[in-house]
Parts: sequence; structure tokens; C-alpha cells
Amino acid sequence: MASITLEGLKKTYSGDVHAVQGIDLTIQDGELVVLVGPSGCGKSTLLRMVAGLETITQGTLKIGHQVVNTLEPAERDIAMVFQNYALYPHMTVYNNLAYGLKNRGFKKEEIKKRVHNAAKILEIDDFLERKPRRLSGGQRQRVAMGRALVRDPKVFLFDEPLSNLDAKLRVQMRVEIKKLQRRLKTTSLYVTHDQLEAMTLGDRLVVLNAGKIEQVGTPMEIYSRPATMFVAGFIGSPAMNMVPLKYIQDIDNKNLSLNLPAPTDTLGIRPDAICLSPPESPHLTIEATLELFEAAGSESHLYIRLANSEQPAVIRTNGQPPQHEGEMLRVYVAHEALHPFDSRTGKRTD
Amino acid sequence: MQTKRSTYQNRWLPYLLLAPQLIITLVFFIWPASQAVKSSVERTDPFGFKTTFIGLENYAQILADITYLNALGRTAVFSVSVTLLSMGIALLLAVCVNRVLRTSKFYTTLLVWPYAVAPVVAGVLWWFLFNPTIGLIPHLLDWFNINWNHRVSGTQAMILITIAAAWKQVSYNFLFFLAGLQSIPQPLIEAAAIDGAKPFKRFWSIVFPLLSPTTFFLIIININYVMFDTFGVIDATTKGGPNQATMTLVYKIYNDGVVGLNIGSSSAQSVMLMGIVLLLTFIQFRFVERRVNY
Ligand SMILES: Nc1ncnc2c1ncn2[C@@H]1O[C@H](COP(=O)(O)OP(=O)(O)O)[C@@H](O)[C@H]1O
Ligand SMILES: [Mg+2]
Repeated sequence: MASITLEGLKKTYSGDVHAVQGIDLTIQDGELVVLVGPSGCGKSTLLRMVAGLETITQGTLKIGHQVVNTLEPAERDIAMVFQNYALYPHMTVYNNLAYGLKNRGFKKEEIKKRVHNAAKILEIDDFLERKPRRLSGGQRQRVAMGRALVRDPKVFLFDEPLSNLDAKLRVQMRVEIKKLQRRLKTTSLYVTHDQLEAMTLGDRLVVLNAGKIEQVGTPMEIYSRPATMFVAGFIGSPAMNMVPLKYIQDIDNKNLSLNLPAPTDTLGIRPDAICLSPPESPHLTIEATLELFEAAGSESHLYIRLANSEQPAVIRTNGQPPQHEGEMLRVYVAHEALHPFDSRTGKRTD
Repeated sequence: MQTKRSTYQNRWLPYLLLAPQLIITLVFFIWPASQAVKSSVERTDPFGFKTTFIGLENYAQILADITYLNALGRTAVFSVSVTLLSMGIALLLAVCVNRVLRTSKFYTTLLVWPYAVAPVVAGVLWWFLFNPTIGLIPHLLDWFNINWNHRVSGTQAMILITIAAAWKQVSYNFLFFLAGLQSIPQPLIEAAAIDGAKPFKRFWSIVFPLLSPTTFFLIIININYVMFDTFGVIDATTKGGPNQATMTLVYKIYNDGVVGLNIGSSSAQSVMLMGIVLLLTFIQFRFVERRVNY
């Protein structure tokens, strides 16, 4: 068991690619932290630096109390699950799991015990004699997990381990990974570009953008108080509406009586914070045109344009549309559901 | 399933397009091969006046001939040595180049050059390098008190043709090994590194097994090369000597047929050689290939 500490971690590839630009982060012992961000933001690079597969250009990396900057991957006592699983195709499932133990000089009986134990946990004990080629995607995924957990390492690293599975299996494996991590309490760093996966899986999220941290916090902290416009737009689906302040006209209250902090020029409004009936609390009343109605089973989406400004916005609701497409409607937003931003710095202002 | 089929307006066009390849195969392979089979069951007197059908007598004769059996054994040793040496060196080079590949277009090009050299030229090149009187290598070996003279020592002559023949094939093997190495996904190697395997262990337990389809293919190609294509190298360096020490099957065919004018025996030997290569290839496909598929 160990914590992971990143101090001013930087990675520069030849040719001036600043993939990771100074990351400070501490992952507590037993915690599952998810690194989330759009493709190309440096998630894999950061994870691979922790694994020892990329050199560290600058900064300090500690696992426990030990600085591991220059240690080989094998000496860091970590295990990694790769995106394409990276199973050894010429070895049986048993040997795939046993390989790391054999290399570390474990006794034969001990290896057998551990492999069977891991296989049982992951429900792959029926396939131990098969080659990876003859397994389904989900089974391969389990073998990849098994290879990580037989060694009982200090740290688990995951690089988009579910992105090759179909949607249904992805949800199922997500739940299993979380259960497993809860049970083993192994410190874990998990990389994904899928915000839903990140929200549901992580004890804490680290939102990464262009090699820098945008925000660190629990999923709910990040969802309810995004620190930047980038985070606000990235976390949550459908994405948060970003409306320039000047386009918001409260028809009940001509001189908009909001107490917004000074440099605010943009309001962020979650699609589910726009209501079709007026809430009890103080609120805005806005007129808009219903452009399109989209029913998606348990929820539906209304695409609207604000009156006078043509500013588009999305509403998430679970009811039927009150109007036909093309007609005017009134929508309501509680004051406390507004996220004030300064679009020049991209930062939250309250 | 969709299958694409080209259709030609003119029904003779496909045949016309195939013709050059077919003619070449016919003129340079099928016809000589059938001639060889035909003359292997005949006896022709040295002046070519009279030809008699004698059945399998030529075959019986060569199989009873101790010089033929010696050549057979020698060819086996030669094949195994050349294949091992050229594939070993090629694999070593490919592994090195694969590590630095992004910057190594230059090396790749350089390492392919030997393949563009004709067998005879390669032979002459090594003949010069190893020439007991003027060559560089005997001069260097002299420092280690090794007296190099492949005109006298049969073993040294074998070493010379083995090096010359292997060198020629290194480029070809290198290209295939490099392509094979490139097709092994990097994460596999990284996973093995995390699993605590040192570079050497990683190579033997992950890389080498995954290269086995390439290795298998190259073994067949190399054996074929040694059996048929090393004539030029031998002719330019040792001419089968000294005292028949480098007389391999293919050189003996030439020696008995063209120099010794024993067309019947020479033909029977070439049919045997074809048979041996076919048999080896068959065995390899049958028994080895099954093991390299995963
Ligand atoms: N080996 C490399 N050489 C040069 N640039 C690289 C290399 N690996 C990644 N990069 C660059 O670093 C940035 C971050 O890449 P990566 O960490 O793979 O992103 P992510 O995993 O978030 O999609 C990208 O711009 C990518 O092009
Ligand atoms: Mg990535």
C-alpha cells in the first residue's frame, strides 16, 4: 500500500511537444483517482511516467516515501492494464498471469495458488488453458486485470482499459473494477476520456487539459462547482449551456437583479437546471423558441433558442414538450443554479 | 460477403497479361526441369551421338557413389551453418536497428545493399578478402597465429564459402526480421518490462516466439537459397576444392555435367536435389508450421 506524489512533473518530447506541463498531485493510499480529459491532453503520458515507461523531463515522483524517478518499471511495484490489453498472444491465460510471478522468482506452488485465486475473483478459471485469441473482448479484459492483480502490487495503473468494449460490457466492467478496487484497496490511477466513466468510477477526478490540471475534486464537487469553463463544458452530458450574460433577459424583472461577482460575463446553466415550470426559489424567467424535441427514453432533450438573441441552449427534462416545435415557450432557472464565469480567463468568478 | 471480380471485355486479354510470366516459367523452369528428368533416365555418350534409355540406373549409381553421399552430408552442414549464421546476424542487426528505428533509415538502406550484389560478385569480394597472399583477413589472422589458406585446408574453405554465402543472405533476412519486429505491438514489450522481465528475457520469452512465423518462412527461403543459389559463390571462391572439400550438391551437378560431361548422372543429381528441397519444404510446412501458429 502506498500513496503517489507528483511534484511539478513535466514531460517534453523532442521537437518542443510539451505533453505534460507541471503536475502537482497527491494520490492517497487506497484511493482511486481518475485522470480525465480530451484525447491528446497528456493523460497517457502522465500515467506512463508514473509507470516508468516514459522518462521524467522535470519534477519528482514518489511512490510511498521513495523517489522513483529513475527506477525501472519492474522496480516500482506497479501493475498496468493497457488499452489493448497487451496479453501475450503465444501464452495461455495461466501463463499470462504467471509470467510476472515467474520473473520475480516465486515458487511454483505459490504461483499456482495466486493465479487460481485471481482467476476465481475474475471468473476466468474456466479459460486458464486457452490462448488469448480464443477469448471474447470482455474475457481478455478480465485476463488483463488478472495479470495486474496476481502480483498484489502497490499501485494499479489503468490506461483507458474499457474503451475497446461495447457500451453494455463497458458499464458492467466499470462496476466490477470499482468493486474490485474497493475490496483490494490498492492505490489506483485510472485514465479515461469518458467523463461518465470518470464520474462513476473515481473517488476523485483530475481534469486535465493541454497538459495542465484544470481541477481536482470529488465527482460531485466538480459537477456542482466546476472551476473553469473547460471543466464545466467537459463534465456532464449534455454539456453545460454557456450563455453570454448580455443575452439573458429576465422578462419578470427587466433590470436583472442578480448579485454576480465583478468580472462575470458568461453564465453556465446545466441542461437539467432549466425548468419548464417556475421553481419556488428566486429565479430567472426567459422566453425562447422550441427548435427540436428529442425523446431518449427516461429523459428527453429540448433544443431551444433564446428570444431576441438566437442563442442556442439545451434542456434536459423527463416530461413531454409543452409546446410544438417552432413555438415560443417560457423557461425558468433558479438563481442558485447559475455558474458565473469570466470568459477572458475562463475561470469561475464566485 | 462481397467479392470483387474484374471483368474483361476481351477474353484473350487476361491470357495476354499472364503470358510473360508463364513463358518465363515455361522456358526457364518447366522445360529444363522436364529435360533433366528425361536425361536422368538416359545414357548419352560423351560426343552426344547416341542416347539409350537405362531406367533408374543413374540414380542407383549416384546413391552408391561415396563422393555423392559425402556431398550430401557436406550440403547439410553447409545449409545449416549458412542459415544459422545469416539469420543470426540478420536478427541481431534487426533488433539493434529496431531500437533506434526513427533515426535509422540510413542504416536500413545500408544493410540492404549486400542483397543487390550478384552472387559471383559477392564470391569474388570474399575471395579477395580471404586471399591467402593478398587478402586482408589472412593478414589479420596472422597476428593471432592462425595460418589461413583455404586452398589447402578444407575446413577453412568451408568457412570461407559459409561466410560468403551467409553474408549475401543477411540483407534479405534482415528486412524480414525488421518487418516482423515492427509488427510486434510495443505495449506487449512494455507489459513484459512491468512484469519484471529483463531485456534479454523479454527477447527470448516474448519477441522471439512472436517472430516465429517470420523465422519459419526465412528458414525455408534460406535452405532453398543454399541448395540452389550458392553455385555462384562457390564457383568464384573455391570451385569445389580443395580436394572436393566444398563440393556441395549444386556444385557437383555442374562439375559432373558441364566439366565431366556426365549428363545422365548430373541430371539424376539435379532431380534428386529438387526432390530433397521439396521434401524439406513439405516437412517444414507439415510439422513446424503447426507449432508456430498461436
Ligand atoms: N512519443 C511521442 N513523441 C512525441 N510526441 C508525443 C509522443 N507521445 C505523445 N506525444 C504527444 O503528447 C501529447 C499527449 O499525448 P497522450 O499523453 O498520448 O494524450 P492522451 O493519452 O491524453 O490522449 C499529444 O500531443 C501527443 O501527440
Ligand atoms: Mg491515451
